Amino acid sequence: MRTVLDPTGEQRTTERELLPRPASLRGRTVGLLDISKPRGDVFLDRLEELLTADGAVVRRYRKPTFTRTAPVDLRHEIGEQCEVVIEALAD
Amino acid sequence: MPPLAVSRHRPTVRYGPAMQLPDGLVAVVKRECPTCVLVEPVLRELGVAVWCQDDADWFEHDDLELELSYRLGIETVPTLLRVEGGEETARVVGWSREQWEELTGRTGLGADLPEHRPGCGSLSVDPFRIDALEARYGGSGLSSRRLELAELEDEHEAMFDRGWTDGLPVVPPTPERVLRMLRGTTRDPQEIIAIVPPDLVECTVEKVAVNAVMAGCLPEHLPVVLAALEAACTEEFALHGLLATTYFSGPMIVVNGPIARRIGMNSGVNALGQGNRANATIGRALQLVVRNVGGGRPGEIDRATLGNPGKLTFCFAEREEGSPFAPLAADRGVPGDAVTLFAGSGVQPVVDQLSRTPESLARTFAACLRVNGHPKLPMAFDAVLVVSPEHGRVFREAGWDRARLVAELGTLLTLPSDELLRGADGMAEGIPERLAGIELPKFRPGGLLVVHAGGDAGLFSAIVGGWVSGDTGSAPVTREVRT
Repeated sequence: MRTVLDPTGEQRTTERELLPRPASLRGRTVGLLDISKPRGDVFLDRLEELLTADGAVVRRYRKPTFTRTAPVDLRHEIGEQCEVVIEALAD
Repeated sequence: MPPLAVSRHRPTVRYGPAMQLPDGLVAVVKRECPTCVLVEPVLRELGVAVWCQDDADWFEHDDLELELSYRLGIETVPTLLRVEGGEETARVVGWSREQWEELTGRTGLGADLPEHRPGCGSLSVDPFRIDALEARYGGSGLSSRRLELAELEDEHEAMFDRGWTDGLPVVPPTPERVLRMLRGTTRDPQEIIAIVPPDLVECTVEKVAVNAVMAGCLPEHLPVVLAALEAACTEEFALHGLLATTYFSGPMIVVNGPIARRIGMNSGVNALGQGNRANATIGRALQLVVRNVGGGRPGEIDRATLGNPGKLTFCFAEREEGSPFAPLAADRGVPGDAVTLFAGSGVQPVVDQLSRTPESLARTFAACLRVNGHPKLPMAFDAVLVVSPEHGRVFREAGWDRARLVAELGTLLTLPSDELLRGADGMAEGIPERLAGIELPKFRPGGLLVVHAGGDAGLFSAIVGGWVSGDTGSAPVTREVRT
């Protein structure tokens, strides 16, 4: 019998159900997270227009830099203030 | 062979229920040992409970598995023990009438034997067996999950099947190999040395050793891998983003100090290429830790559009001898054995076979460095300039050190922003219009590193481009290599 040691982090990920998709965004607070990539704002400006026209309340957020994960405080803030979040990637 | 650090993790002697020693006299022998054969009549006369390491039929007990020998820490055979209440209370090794009589309380032992005969080495300290024994019985301190491979599994295919490789075969990380690897460091296997992105997993020295085995490292390479991982997982290196980016880059390791030569690293011919075990496996080990411990796999968190072959491994030593420059790490505040991590994106050749003055050669370097990332993007990406010995000689003979060369390149690479604006020169890429009318440096302060490496012949140098630089991205990080 040959034995090898597990080279992985041996993480056990907890699976969480996705929240049900809202039937409508009317009256909901939608967060738009700009990750600070060039022209991400162009995309999000247009999204904001469309969402506002659909009756959603839009809040804008911005990561300090796209090269790092969003700071904990920012994630918490979005979680507290929004029902739905849209994160805009660039490239 | 370089000297290896002696492991601090000595096996502790533990008697399992099956290993309860009988009270009275106990001996461990091997039939191959002339001294053991010599004392056989004495052992039988005394009624000693004898365990034999290499012949199950010689005495009443055998220790062919060497478990007892290992647990008792037997180094020499014969070893005679006195046991009271299951505990060893006295021990002598080899044959010495005086000592045996003292231990047994009997006189006139082995009257026809010489006074004294040294014993032989115990099989349990045979260098070819000790790793397996330590892995099996040693309370080795290894805490990684153990996987039993099925009889019909090919061990190399098994590594691929579990998703543990970078696309090339790996060395199966058996407990024996991992223990051997851990002898390369004095650090505790359970010490957490880094939090590895993207899954932010606490990574122990042991986990690094497991991946270093897989990468093909030797134990003496491990301290460099550990230092590289520490450097890579600093906040300023931004490994999470470096891994996740669509850009080409991955961690490149430059090694300085006497350790580079001691562990057989290459800083000379083909320094950035293949064929040197230390270079190849150290860089690979770091990437395997990121993949396996951190969970950073291409196509998942790693979103590189194209990547680059250096993401398999990218590690070399600076050629300190004959260099016009002080060692890179020393210039960055860490003299001696050290690693410098850089977010390397690939190798771009610099050809200049005619310049014989530092001024001319610096202008060549500047012209080639200007295109780093894009000729119209200033301060966007760092770079490492790898100066070859034949190019380095031009600077050495002119008395230019690193600071002098970097200052000259800074002057040559101060660019009029109007040439860099979006749309300028018929190219949409560039900087915003609001930056018109000023001068901008191609590299941010500290964003251009200079290293000396390569073979004796060739009027070529190299540029290794970086990634998004500085506070918004990755900054080079230098760390001491500790044993």
